[in-house]
Amino acid sequence: MHELGITQSIVEIAERTARQQQAHKVLSVTVELGSLSGVVPEALEFCYEACSNGTLLEGSQLLIERIAARARCRDCQREFPLEELLACCPDCGSAAANLLSGEELRIKEMEVD
Amino acid sequence: MCIDCGCGPVEHHHHEHDHQHDHHEHAVPRTVRKISVEEDILAKNNRLAMANRELFARHGLLVLNLVSSPGSGKTTILETTLAELKNEIGFAVLEGDQQTSNDADRIAATGVPAHQINTGAGCHLDAHMVGHGSEHFDLGKTDVLMIENVGNLVCPASFDLGEDAKVAVLSVTEGEDKPLKYPQMFRASKLMLINKIDLLPHLRFNLEVCRDYARRINPEIEIIELSCFSGEGLDRWYHWLRARLAEKKS
Repeated sequence: MHELGITQSIVEIAERTARQQQAHKVLSVTVELGSLSGVVPEALEFCYEACSNGTLLEGSQLLIERIAARARCRDCQREFPLEELLACCPDCGSAAANLLSGEELRIKEMEVD
Repeated sequence: MCIDCGCGPVEHHHHEHDHQHDHHEHAVPRTVRKISVEEDILAKNNRLAMANRELFARHGLLVLNLVSSPGSGKTTILETTLAELKNEIGFAVLEGDQQTSNDADRIAATGVPAHQINTGAGCHLDAHMVGHGSEHFDLGKTDVLMIENVGNLVCPASFDLGEDAKVAVLSVTEGEDKPLKYPQMFRASKLMLINKIDLLPHLRFNLEVCRDYARRINPEIEIIELSCFSGEGLDRWYHWLRARLAEKKS
């Protein structure tokens, strides 16, 4: 259940940013979550309310943007989407590929007042 | 006061947020607006991991992060390794578990400095715990720091501790498809130790299939099969360890 620690980090970063911007309240936080990040969106949502209570984020909305994973085949250089880490190149069948996206775990933006 | 993480001598982080400054004197417009953040959520852990890495590099330390499911034999591999190599290599061991100091006690019994980190409800070690954990050792007298992570194949994959390599331990009683079920961890690991191979005659565990699964997830992963009970394969593991240490010292 590392989503609890991750949610605490989200609240920490968002609150620090909000204070730097002299905001009084955070209305929403948009998080980019790669499909292979190992983080379960439902678990983040579950932790968010508890972690944001008593902070500038209290009552705010967590918006999760899923990012699909893409890889480039090391043998034929083709770029292709993948659902899981175990995926072969649809062209040449090679199992060796470099991940281009899908591991994101980032706060993209937030709405403040 | 710790420079890297900013925490005081007492390790509790009570950030009381009740000092609501009234900013009206600054005439800040109170408007709803969007702010671009673009910050990695694990940035703090990654920053502390980098600080650990720099600290370890200053002392020329080889640091390995041992990860596996509970019961795969990490502590036994450590005990066996320390007993064999402790006169040749200066070891220190950080033990991560939710509760008890049983593992650190087992390591301390070998005469090697050990420190237990109890994560409480936590399911993984993070860079902050490891940074403070390493304060318990004389790093100048240490060649290899072994970090035994909490038995968990999911969460520790996301948390960089400042190690040189993750070593994933998989025991043959667990089934050969573990690399497919927990790909993140096997993808992040440099070496996979397949442990308890003395039990192979009693199991339907296909070594070749297991190696193939691991390489499909991570084509570069190195694989060593061993048993602390029969001693088979241990020489290959020791050879790997010595070679990594030599790289570090060169």
